[in-house]
Amino acid sequence: MGKRVDWLAHAVLGVGVLFFAFPVWLVFAGATQTAGAISRGDLSLLPNFHRIGTFVSVLRAPGVGTGTPVWHLLMVSAGMALAIALGKIVISLASAYAVVFFRFPFRMTVFWTIFITLMLPVEVRIIPTYAVMSDFHLINTFTGLTLPLMASATATLLFRQVFLVVPDALVEAARMDGAGPFRFLKDILIPISSANVAALFVILFVYGWNQYLWPLLVATEPGLDTIVIGIVQLINTGGMMTPWNRVMAMAVLSIVPPVAVVIAMQRWFVKGLTESER
Amino acid sequence: MTQLVIENLAKDFGKGTVLSSVDLKIADREMLVIVGASGCGKSTLLRLVAGLETPSAGRVVLDGRDITHLDPAERDIAMVFQNYALYPHMNVFENMAYGLKVRRVPKAEIARRVDEAAALLNLAGLLGRRPRELSGGQRQRVAMGRAIVREPKLFLFDEPLSNLDAKLRVQMRAEIRRLQRRLGVTSLYVTHDQVEAMTLGDRLVVMNRGHVAQIATPMEIFERPADTYVAGFIGAPAMNFLAAALSHGGSAATLADGRVIPFADGRRDGSDGRHLTLGIRPEHVRPMPNGMRLMVELVEPLGSETLVHGRLSDETALTVKLSGGGFGAGVLDIMPETAFLHVFDAETGLRMAPSAADVPAALAGAE
Amino acid sequence: MERRAIFRGRLLPALLIAPQLVLTFLFFLLPAGEAIYFALTRQDAFGLHTHFVGLANFAALFADPGYLATVLRTLLFCALVTLAAVMVALVLALFADREIKGRGIYRTLLIWPYAVAPAVSAVLWAFVMNPDVGLLGRKLNELGIPWDYTLNGGQAFALVTVASAWTLVSYDFVFFLAGLQSIPRSVIEAARLDGAHGFRRVRTVILPLLMPTTFFLFITNLVYAAFDTFGTIMALTQGGPGQSTETLVVKAYRDGVLNLDLGGSSAQSVVLMVAVIGLTALQFRFLGRRTVD
Repeated sequence: MGKRVDWLAHAVLGVGVLFFAFPVWLVFAGATQTAGAISRGDLSLLPNFHRIGTFVSVLRAPGVGTGTPVWHLLMVSAGMALAIALGKIVISLASAYAVVFFRFPFRMTVFWTIFITLMLPVEVRIIPTYAVMSDFHLINTFTGLTLPLMASATATLLFRQVFLVVPDALVEAARMDGAGPFRFLKDILIPISSANVAALFVILFVYGWNQYLWPLLVATEPGLDTIVIGIVQLINTGGMMTPWNRVMAMAVLSIVPPVAVVIAMQRWFVKGLTESER
Repeated sequence: MTQLVIENLAKDFGKGTVLSSVDLKIADREMLVIVGASGCGKSTLLRLVAGLETPSAGRVVLDGRDITHLDPAERDIAMVFQNYALYPHMNVFENMAYGLKVRRVPKAEIARRVDEAAALLNLAGLLGRRPRELSGGQRQRVAMGRAIVREPKLFLFDEPLSNLDAKLRVQMRAEIRRLQRRLGVTSLYVTHDQVEAMTLGDRLVVMNRGHVAQIATPMEIFERPADTYVAGFIGAPAMNFLAAALSHGGSAATLADGRVIPFADGRRDGSDGRHLTLGIRPEHVRPMPNGMRLMVELVEPLGSETLVHGRLSDETALTVKLSGGGFGAGVLDIMPETAFLHVFDAETGLRMAPSAADVPAALAGAE
Repeated sequence: MERRAIFRGRLLPALLIAPQLVLTFLFFLLPAGEAIYFALTRQDAFGLHTHFVGLANFAALFADPGYLATVLRTLLFCALVTLAAVMVALVLALFADREIKGRGIYRTLLIWPYAVAPAVSAVLWAFVMNPDVGLLGRKLNELGIPWDYTLNGGQAFALVTVASAWTLVSYDFVFFLAGLQSIPRSVIEAARLDGAHGFRRVRTVILPLLMPTTFFLFITNLVYAAFDTFGTIMALTQGGPGQSTETLVVKAYRDGVLNLDLGGSSAQSVVLMVAVIGLTALQFRFLGRRTVD
């Protein structure tokens, strides 16, 4: 079957791919060049593979601006992303289970209370949230960095949706088999929802990793700086003397973990994104 | 010895009564089939016995133990669900073993029971498969196996064959019957399919709008339906009904066109002129010159038999089942065989038996 | 929609739901309540006395031409980012949905930017467009086109818009692709039999069927452009030069955190809350979210 090649489609998609890849490629190539060359404007788009070691030395060495080593910034980001993703999954799984599989007074009130949080992103309550955090002495703590971001309506609503379409008969069969609520959750419900858990994990990991405003507010100590915070600080304080090649290496390093998670778990990611947000 | 007694069981949902005051007794090793149209309360009755619903009134007693308010898990009852409700993430072995695992049955014992049930159900080679890798019939057997390994006192079947295609359904029907006999487990079986009910049940419970219309053996129900609902529900094609009035001192019925049909089995109580509904099955109508005129509307040849649908002169629809073929359109003169006539009260729909004093000696024993 | 099969018990569900309720109360409802409280009060310079001022903070806010300019600027910014992202994503999705070789690879290459933090995307764009170190930024100046977004407000606004849309495209792309794939093949085939080809088929059959997705994306993109671009803007321009890239969230942050104007910043927060609630309500009204029935 001699199919005609769809040149137009390849051209359009190729331009799209380049549009996305270009800035990252440029930064990657820049990271392998000397700081002087970049400052002079001699930035080449061909990476100098002999200087690929910049990435390793950036990891080890203290950060360029704040003095915190880059590997430490990455660890804080990873810790934050994992804690938020796992915490959110556990918390929302539990609350969705309660709302769907039990009948208790004020069930709908509880549901709407959770639902309302959809409409209150951090950005709209910057100051009072900071005040609350400071009242609870959560400023500059890892708990403060992660705990408040663990409650979200989106994940709860997704799990609720997933649980609602579990056939009644499956629950009843488990009850006839003698499974109580805990066993049902552990043996049946979580295993059959595992694809949704994976999907949610990708989205929440990226969400946690990419936080900017929240760590900016809550963590002012360098020890709690995330990689995103670290880079933005460098960019804003940088000048002619800044070793730009090292900053570029840092930027590449900051992108690698979330991009790797999205690409490796692409199938679940697409499913999770389209199902959780609608 | 397992005996299930249901006393005065009732269920109201918010909107109304689904089940009102049902009494049933199921004997040891008996297969009792509950049959009725959708919404008649048959599934609710089964779920009440299973413990999946809480009754509004009444008791469920299994072997002398009141289980009305026990959790399903504590009842020693197993259930086969309509859509099988197999756990999609477990293989066949795990599906069957789960109920035993939860009950902390020793591993060796679980393996023994599952292997035994798998052999019985021809599932031995499929124990490692997931439900989605099985055919409909195989899933059905796994659902049965899950119930069997529990070795319960009572089996509940909730329309277990309704998701299979016609051929497989007939095959599985026979298999269920064979297994139930062999294992000797007391069973309660719910279906909307009258053929399934007739072939499977030791006794049938015909339900109508939350009430029990009749409890009897399949043949008893076929031959002496308790009311017009049961008469119309059991038997295919359905029984024909004709409006009539009692006449000749209770020994005959007069149809709307004045034709007199004498009762073969004796007189009915009541004064002449009492409104009746006469029932006659399609197979009990014969062609007869100068009989009732049937304007034929549709002829369905079934091979060895032919179904003729038409209308009488008063527009009453009537179906006739005739042996052989070659019947064409036009007019057919017919008469009911009076020996197979069913007489019902037109108002209550209840069956009117011949009055006791008048029953011929030969029939008295059978009645 | 209600389940029929449920478990009994009161304590267990209460325990299961407690963590989420506690977090929701402490970090969502309490701050939102405080925002309203602060918005209605004013503190003296030392933060010792607080007194109730009614709607005075709001009155001051809406009397401030700077604030109104920020409102308009934010609206323009949101509209441009949304339009750009939705249109680019739609075109890419339409072509990626065609039966071409390597479309799986194309998809992956168009989806990954979702994972780039808004703030980091700004850093990437800075390296492209910065007049000193950026490759293209320098080239423009060498070619005699004066380019410096740190001084030129219009250029800053344009750059922030592009960088913000850049991160949104892959999000929209995923949804459009899912939307395209959910269109039944039979509908497309019927259109083919009716003789609708190429762009005509897209315009008369596919676009109408994508309307719910498009509408949903418009709302979510507006919300994203209004709130999640904070990192992008802070990393690129910090709202400057002047106020030329200052959105409502950037202003609320600056007034509250940097200038410590509690009442004014809280009043801004309350206005933003009302805006989000309005947008969410709009989404429900016209889309009927599946999650609530």
